[in-house]
Amino acid sequence: MDLDGHSVGVFHVEGEYYALLNWCPHQGARLCEGRLWSGLESDVPGDYATRTDRAVIACIYHGWEFDLRTGRSVCEPERLRVRAYEVTVEPDHTSDQDGVTLGRPSRTNATARTFPVTVEHGNIVVDLRRTPVSGTVPNGPRNLSEGEIHHTHIPSEGSLQPGGTR
Amino acid sequence: MTSLSNTLRTETPLAAGNVTELIDGDVHNVIPDTHALFPYLSDHWREHITNTLFKGVPETSYPRWAPTTERPGSELPNWRQAGSDLSVVTRDVLDADGLSYAVLCCTYAIDSLHNPDAAIAMARAVNDWQISEWLDKDERLRATIVVPTQLPAEAAREIDRVGDHPGFVQVGMPVRSAVPYGSRLHAPLWEAISRKRLVGAIHFGGAPGTPPTPSGWPSYYLEEHVGMAQVFQTQVVSLVTEGIFDLHPDLRVVLLEAGVTWMGPFLWRFDKEWRNLRRLVPWVKRAPSAYVRDHIRLTIQPVDAPPSDIQLRQAIEQIGSDEMLVYSSDYPHRHASEPSRLLSVVTEAHAARIRSANARALWKLT
Ligand code: FES
Repeated sequence: MDLDGHSVGVFHVEGEYYALLNWCPHQGARLCEGRLWSGLESDVPGDYATRTDRAVIACIYHGWEFDLRTGRSVCEPERLRVRAYEVTVEPDHTSDQDGVTLGRPSRTNATARTFPVTVEHGNIVVDLRRTPVSGTVPNGPRNLSEGEIHHTHIPSEGSLQPGGTR
Repeated sequence: MTSLSNTLRTETPLAAGNVTELIDGDVHNVIPDTHALFPYLSDHWREHITNTLFKGVPETSYPRWAPTTERPGSELPNWRQAGSDLSVVTRDVLDADGLSYAVLCCTYAIDSLHNPDAAIAMARAVNDWQISEWLDKDERLRATIVVPTQLPAEAAREIDRVGDHPGFVQVGMPVRSAVPYGSRLHAPLWEAISRKRLVGAIHFGGAPGTPPTPSGWPSYYLEEHVGMAQVFQTQVVSLVTEGIFDLHPDLRVVLLEAGVTWMGPFLWRFDKEWRNLRRLVPWVKRAPSAYVRDHIRLTIQPVDAPPSDIQLRQAIEQIGSDEMLVYSSDYPHRHASEPSRLLSVVTEAHAARIRSANARALWKLT
């Protein structure tokens, strides 16, 4: 959904809601078009432990995985992440129509708008001010090989893809 | 079996980190003739060798009189093979270079023997020959356990038999194998190496019966020789991907005669593809380059060096660690490059690591 110029993907996995900026920090692909996977952990060869509470989305372009909760890259969690937003479901007291309450990123305040969604008995609130974990989106590539990361800023409206598509 | 005393082993001619110290990580000790192994073979195998056409391993990765096999000055009189005479190795390598240690790597092609009992018997004989004829005669020498890699359980048995000898510091594995070394088929081999706290030494060549290139049989030795760097790459990919270093966190593997400068670009590609495909091997939890820098070491002959020193320095920097390179002469083999050039383009501290500190850490030469 478009939240004031930011394309944000909201995911509903195993009863939990997650929201990520629809913008792969690798080369800017629309992340939400990728495939959802369970988290996958292993200590020894041949061991595959799936973690549905650690769902990831694999980018449609090159398959890099990002943790839905934190936005962090599975391969390089310290160096690479996509913006993740706090999502909550709150009871809707104002309207029969369910909706999303959202604000836009700002240091001082947040404006809220409501979008129609199909959640019964509540609103999904995407807090554009806060990420679920501490820390900020990296300002730029650090110690990365040339070409690995082209954009790590939050794009302004219309700049989600080099080609202008959204 | 153990004749090197602990006193001898702990005596170090020069302090660790001393920039003047030199340790040679790759010197080849060559079996002069199958008869040299007779004292270490059973009656059965002596008789078999005497009365049949079987005269020891049928193949070698170092054909005699190939210019790459014997460097000028290493030839021995009476058609004896270069590298087969301890007194000459002592004079021309140990003494001439003022080495505190030389790590011998016998590349006797046990893997070319299809008869498993012959392979086991010959490997045992070679190792006993190394103890008696080399390790027991000069405390500066360390050696490589020769095993039938094509029979991993038997290889493990041989490692257990001689692995406690203080002179043996590693287990030799020809880089050409029928199945990559990370495969679970080789699990007993790695378990034994790990159990005895030895180093896995993957060296140039091999005769497993399969083609020496991934694209099939080449026509000329030149093709095999040049293509060997790619075979080393497949082994590194296999070890990391199959989780050998996750199973054996203390394990170190040294690549002998692999070349050096391909490593940087190779790591870049390995990391890149891992990001895309890592779900296939979730036990590989860190970037492959991190595993390689922690666990893989390279001897520096041959230096496949670009022509300018600036380019060579950049190629070394791309490897991304000053703990990976180990000085070697590769005696008596001949290469068209001088190790002194590599040592001159890196920082002094890095050069000191290459000359001795990295070797000391790798082979626990204290
Ligand atoms: S653009 Fe997303 S992985 Fe490359």
